[in-house]
Amino acid sequence: MSDFLTGLMRLRRGPWEMVATILIALGVFMLMQPFVLWAFTYSFIVTLIGTVMFIIVSHFPE
Amino acid sequence: MSDRTIDRVAQATPERVARKIRGLSDRAIAWIFISPTIFLLLAINIFPLIWTIQLSFTNYKANRIGREVKDVGLRNYERILTDSDTWLNMQATAHFLFWTIFFQVLIGFTLAWLINKKFKGNDLWTTIIVLPMMLSPAVVGNFWKFLYQPQIGLFNYIVSWFTGKDPSSFEMLGSVTLAPWAIVIVDTWMWTPFVMLICLAGLRSIPDYIYEAAEIDRASKLRQFFTITIPMVLPFLMLAVLFRGIENFKMFDLVVQLTGGGPGSVTELTSINLKREAFEKWRTGYASAYAIILFVTVFGLASIYVKALNKVKQR
Repeated sequence: MSDFLTGLMRLRRGPWEMVATILIALGVFMLMQPFVLWAFTYSFIVTLIGTVMFIIVSHFPE
Repeated sequence: MSDRTIDRVAQATPERVARKIRGLSDRAIAWIFISPTIFLLLAINIFPLIWTIQLSFTNYKANRIGREVKDVGLRNYERILTDSDTWLNMQATAHFLFWTIFFQVLIGFTLAWLINKKFKGNDLWTTIIVLPMMLSPAVVGNFWKFLYQPQIGLFNYIVSWFTGKDPSSFEMLGSVTLAPWAIVIVDTWMWTPFVMLICLAGLRSIPDYIYEAAEIDRASKLRQFFTITIPMVLPFLMLAVLFRGIENFKMFDLVVQLTGGGPGSVTELTSINLKREAFEKWRTGYASAYAIILFVTVFGLASIYVKALNKVKQR
């Protein structure tokens, strides 16, 4: 856990890609879940943030 | 006098052109070669994408060319993301996505595991199993429509043979409860071989010496399966799941052939809904916003897919 946080602080690709991947997966889940409409409403913005973050952080050093 | 092709080409090049080329750097020549591809990419992919993004903020209708186009800001996005019907379409897509992936992974992995055992006729069985994947979705959709016919369809007769129900007492494509499962069955039948092939590649990449070492350590077959086979095939399985997920998220042709989105809208997947908005209701601006939402979702999933692919490559 501390390695992960250190990686985030030092702007390393691995942990940031992990965060972006979690956001994308969360966004897709929110888009398709059958439980609450508000999650569907905010799904696009979560996926968009995750995707843009993924594009940016994939240029970070290893 | 040299007779090499390169010399002949050099001699055949007109002096005026040769003088121009001699003045160019290697980098410039490389740009000249790739420029047609870049131009095509910009014209076919990037320009429509940018135009779609621009249209998604307007009330443009493609069937009313002369109509004034108004900027509506984020209203199209707001309407889509607060519309309960669109939400239902997303749920229909989620049902289709979840169950197709579940069955394809389960059956695909089992088949790959069985095929990986060396037995007589192994190659023949592999060829037979991958056949459905080679067919066109339109063809598959049409012949499954016949198989699902309540009066003459083979599927209903097989179900009735097992359950004792009258074959004409249920209609796979006409029933609200059965139609979502009907499309899951067809997609599973068609694309399980693809998952099987990926799993087979994963199983065949596991070196025999790992199993031999496990045998020496007296690990049981079950233990070997859960501690060697599953972890080593997992990246391949993940790849198959992501690939099928992206493909099924965009599913259109097979379902249109089978049910056309019906009965009602229980099998109306997002891509079918999008096509209706764009080319039946002609709400181009609204449909563009819809397409951008789907694009961002698929693009996000594709990013994860590429990352998983790189992990598999590193192995």
